[in-house]
Formats: sequence, structure tokens, C-alpha cells
Amino acid sequence: MMNTQRGIEIVVGAFVLAGMLALLVLTLKWSDFGTSSVSGYTVSAQFDNIGGLTDRSPIKLAGVTIGRVSSIQIDPKTFEAVVTMVIGSQYNDLPKDSFASIYTAGLLGAQYIEISPGGDTQVLKNGDKITMTQSAVVLEKIISKFLFNKAAEK
Amino acid sequence: MNRVLTALLNGLAALGQGVLSAAAHTGQLTLFIRQLMGRLIPAWTRPKLIVQEIYAIGVLSLVIIVISGGFVGLVLGLQGFNILSKFNATESLGVMVALSLVRELGPVVTALLFAGRAGSAVTAEIALMKTTEQLAAMEMMAVDPLRRVIAPRFWGAVIAMPLLAGLFSLVGIAGGYFIGVVVLGVDAASYWGQIQQQMQPMDDVMNGVIKSLVFGVVIGLVAVFEGFNAEPTSLGISRATTRTVVLSSLLVLGLDFILTAWMFGA
Repeated sequence: MMNTQRGIEIVVGAFVLAGMLALLVLTLKWSDFGTSSVSGYTVSAQFDNIGGLTDRSPIKLAGVTIGRVSSIQIDPKTFEAVVTMVIGSQYNDLPKDSFASIYTAGLLGAQYIEISPGGDTQVLKNGDKITMTQSAVVLEKIISKFLFNKAAEK
Repeated sequence: MNRVLTALLNGLAALGQGVLSAAAHTGQLTLFIRQLMGRLIPAWTRPKLIVQEIYAIGVLSLVIIVISGGFVGLVLGLQGFNILSKFNATESLGVMVALSLVRELGPVVTALLFAGRAGSAVTAEIALMKTTEQLAAMEMMAVDPLRRVIAPRFWGAVIAMPLLAGLFSLVGIAGGYFIGVVVLGVDAASYWGQIQQQMQPMDDVMNGVIKSLVFGVVIGLVAVFEGFNAEPTSLGISRATTRTVVLSSLLVLGLDFILTAWMFGA
């Protein structure tokens, strides 16, 4: 069968198809691959500056990933970034006054949101908003601040 | 005095001989390309021949390509993880593996393996056909060997190369995923997410496809040319096969630099 002309044609057809498919998969934007596994509740937070935060950036609690950024938009009134995040449903007793800050993993790593729990007895629920936030640190701003301070000292 | 002069003249003669034979070789190749060009389109009147060559050249190379792709991906995953973990940036492992494969390693390593696996086979086959005077017999029967034998093999190489390179890259990314995510514990969503954010389908993937197409043309051309112009002896066949592998590997690496400078350079 394999050596007959028809067998060869079938195998070649499969090969061409597989090759095309491989190229297509490489070209494709894997839209929700890897995030579909995260199910839970959604909360949002506003930041002055999100730095390099992107969709699918991790949300961490004490260094452990507990959720993902699902979307980033701009609030048209306040001109602040509104970050929507999905947090795993097993972490459902985060205090309402928890603090969200944007950090960078290492010096060059990707950015993530660290949640520092507050002391409120009420917990965050689906659709809630984290009010206390700290923006991403922009290195240039720190350097320029430092340089201006140095200049003022003289 | 006389001896010095003779030695000098001998050296000059050797140089001249080398230049002349290189020029003759180039001229032969140019003539061959011109002859082949006229047969490339007519060869499609018998697509079954081309299908057969895609089978012999492409499908039979699958095993070595897929296995090598997997191992290259595994190694990239391990090495990349070691380096990136120093900068606390293991989230970028996916994009590092994917970009190195799609832009460089996919087309280049596939082309080198392809030259060794398929190019040498094509050259040996054609050279043996020539040695046993099958090509001459075809001409006697008014069958054009360029159209019947050479053109389908050239098309087979050109068509198979990009497909093999795509499969190589994909298997490599899967290998990197296995090492990075399954074994070393990189975040799965970051692995895919970073690939998605950083890889430009039209730039990176298309450039990879263009590269592998060019390599396919080069390897196909070198393989059929060396086979067709082989000296019709057993030594000639072995020389032609060696030349195919050496010449196409060198051309692939050299062209890769030129193409990269053109596509990704300033």
C-alpha cells in the first residue's frame, strides 16, 4: 500500500497539510491559550501608570500566582489605567482594603501585580474595585528625581 | 635563475587554471539554470512526478527533522532557562525559544539537515542515472531528462523545505514548552502569552518562510546541478555527493547572514 502511487499521494497530502498547519499555527495569535484554565472572580483597580503590565500578567499574593490580568483599559474621565484581573475562586477571602501594587520581577523581568492583604473583615467580591494602588515604578523618573535633588543640594 | 622562473610560471599557471575552471563552472551553472528555467512550468503537466519527489525528499526527511527539532527545542529550553533565571526573567523563555527557532534555527538547521539527508540523495541518484546512461537513453527516446527527472526533484525540494522548517519550529517550541513548563515549572500562561505578544506573525514567521524558501531553491539547485554534471564514474558520484553537501551547507550559512542582515538589520 505504502509504495503504490495512491499511498504516496495520500502521505504527501498529509505532509503538505501538516506543514501548512504548522506555519498557520505559528502565524496565529494564540488568543486565550493558557488563560482559559483560570476561572474565578473579577476585580478591577485603577493605576496612574501601569508600566509594562500586559494582558495575562500574573497577580501574586505573597509571591504566589493567584490570578491573571484579563484586560487593560483607559478610564476616559480620569485618564487612569483600569486593570481588570481574574483571581482564582479558591482565594475568595481577600480583605476589601487590600493593596495592589505593580512590581517588576527582577531587574529585567516581566511586570506583575502584587496584592498586599489589608485588615478589613469584608472580602473582595466579583466586580469589586481595589481602591488603594501603587503604580509601576518608572526608572527614569527615579533617576531624574535623584539628579534634581543632588543639584538642589549644591 | 631558470628554475625560479619555471616555478613562478607554474604558480601563475595554477592560478590561471583555478580562475578558468571556476569561471567555467559558473558558466555551466548559469547555462544549466537557464535550461532548467524553461522546464519548471512544463514540469507541472505531470504533477504525479512532483508528488513522488515531495514524498522522497520531504516525507522521508520528516523523521530526522522532527526528532532534531524536538531536541533543539529541549536544549533551547534548558539553556534559556539557565540564562533567564539569572535575570529573574524566566517568563520570557517562551518568546526566546520561539523567536530563535522561527527566525534562525528553524530554517537554518532544517536546511543543513535537508542538504545532508535529501540533497545528497538527489545528487547521487541523478549522478548514477547519468553514469548508467539512463539520461542519455531518455534523450534517445525523445524524453527530456531535464523536464522528466531534474525539474520535479527541484520542485520537490522547493516545496518541501518551508513545510519542514515550519514543522521543525513548531516541534521545537513544543520541546521548549516541555522542558520549561512541565519540567522546570515556568508559568504556562507566560510562556504562551509572551510568545503571542512579542512574535509578529507577518514579520517573524514570514521572514522564516522566505528564508526556508530561498534555502530550498539553493539546495535543490545545487543538488540537481551537481548530479547532472557529475563525472560518470563511481569516484565522480562520490565527489558530486560530497560537493552538494559542502556547497549547499556553505551557501545556506552565507545566505542566512545576508538575508538576516537584509531583514532584521538596520
